[in-house]
Amino acid sequence: MGAKMVDFGGWDMPLQYSGILEEHRAVRANVGVFDVSHMGEIEIHGPDAGALTDYVTTNAAAKLEIGQVQYAGLLYAHGGFVDDILVHKIASDHYFLCVNASNQDKDYQHIAAANRFQAKVDFASDRYTQLAIQGPRALETLQKLTTAHLAAIGYYHFIDGVVAGTPARIARTGYTGEDGFEIYFAPEQSERVWNQILDAGQEFGIKPCGLGARNTLRLEAGMALYGHEIHATITPFEAGLAWIVKLDKGDFIGCAALARQKEQGVTRRLIGFEMTGRGIGRDDYEVLLEGSPAGWVTSGGPSPTLNKNIGMCYLPAGRSKPNQRIQIVIRNQPVEAVTIPAQFYKRIK
Amino acid sequence: MYPEELHYTKQHEWVRLSDGAGVVGITDYAQKELGDIVYVDLPRVGAALEKGKVMGSVESVKAVSDIYAPVSGEVIEINDALSTAPEKLNESPHGDGWLVKIRLSAPGEISGLLSAEDYQKYVAEEETGH
Repeated sequence: MGAKMVDFGGWDMPLQYSGILEEHRAVRANVGVFDVSHMGEIEIHGPDAGALTDYVTTNAAAKLEIGQVQYAGLLYAHGGFVDDILVHKIASDHYFLCVNASNQDKDYQHIAAANRFQAKVDFASDRYTQLAIQGPRALETLQKLTTAHLAAIGYYHFIDGVVAGTPARIARTGYTGEDGFEIYFAPEQSERVWNQILDAGQEFGIKPCGLGARNTLRLEAGMALYGHEIHATITPFEAGLAWIVKLDKGDFIGCAALARQKEQGVTRRLIGFEMTGRGIGRDDYEVLLEGSPAGWVTSGGPSPTLNKNIGMCYLPAGRSKPNQRIQIVIRNQPVEAVTIPAQFYKRIK
Repeated sequence: MYPEELHYTKQHEWVRLSDGAGVVGITDYAQKELGDIVYVDLPRVGAALEKGKVMGSVESVKAVSDIYAPVSGEVIEINDALSTAPEKLNESPHGDGWLVKIRLSAPGEISGLLSAEDYQKYVAEEETGH
């Protein structure tokens, strides 16, 4: 395949195939396919599966309908992130969680420890592989391999169907800011299904895509990455994720800390920026306000779509708003940048 | 692949001698390892470079890599075209993608650099070592 590999949380993952820029552009213009088999899966079964899921997540899991997907935080009692996850409601007694690769063991322990319900928490990563088919031609590509009516699957919904002859969970979700699907199926079939997707997308110029393009795509879309925008000492309110917190839904882990923070207000908040001076503000670089240390870059790099250097950073809450002049320290030199809302790219629907 | 007339370093820079000056760039192996190059930071004209010390950096989409001066001397010209077209480093690493021209202060340093053949052997080992 000619992939350049990289160690990612113990997984040998492709960083790039043909090149990050080429892969990025293929997803924005046509379609790309990502091997994200490193992602973890946890299943929750039992009469209280919904109650347990609701108790360990920040979003309104109890309000999910069967076939619906929800983005949510998994928090510590102090309000910091254990992980950010996707919750799929398969049945009233069965929930399926897609979690970050490097957090999967920790997530499982966290949920199992909170399980004082009639529910069984099952570590299921070995039973699933995951591929993401993303881009404006993703639907046409995947439709060739399934009789399921893909256009009928709403955004953040899923069905259990068959792809390339293999039973698969087909979710209309993604991490690129484009339309697309994430499919989950038996790992033994991964190479065959991967090759069939590449064949099906050939007429649209499909590209196999690595973690490099996955990162530039999600950054342009302003999506959080665990370990960068969010981690154990960051709360959803600080990360601009108030929309995944339902304080009025009843008790959940982290609820009291978040209620307190809501009352007191946050002291720092995430905001986007674009470089106005020459240079690229990258992950962990220091951010200055009027020459004084004020925050740090969580993710930063070139935006292939906008042809600018962009990023996200934490700033004191009072200054975490658009049109603030900031400096980013690049190799000991402060370089000018300006804050902008973090959704740098929005597709035209 | 690696032109005979260039002198190479294990940090993947090269020097081409012309009229007592040395043109410096990074190798084809380096550009391939870096991937799409999107930004190049070069020293100023007039800067004094010391062999083995950081003289600038190149940035790919994913990462920043230092460039080390392969020889000592004063920078007499920089490749301005790279500020608007850094992709030249990927397209023509041994040609249009040159970085700086240096007036050598210690021309004898050249003899300590690798020949094309030795550099080729070195990167072959690097590749199998991965």
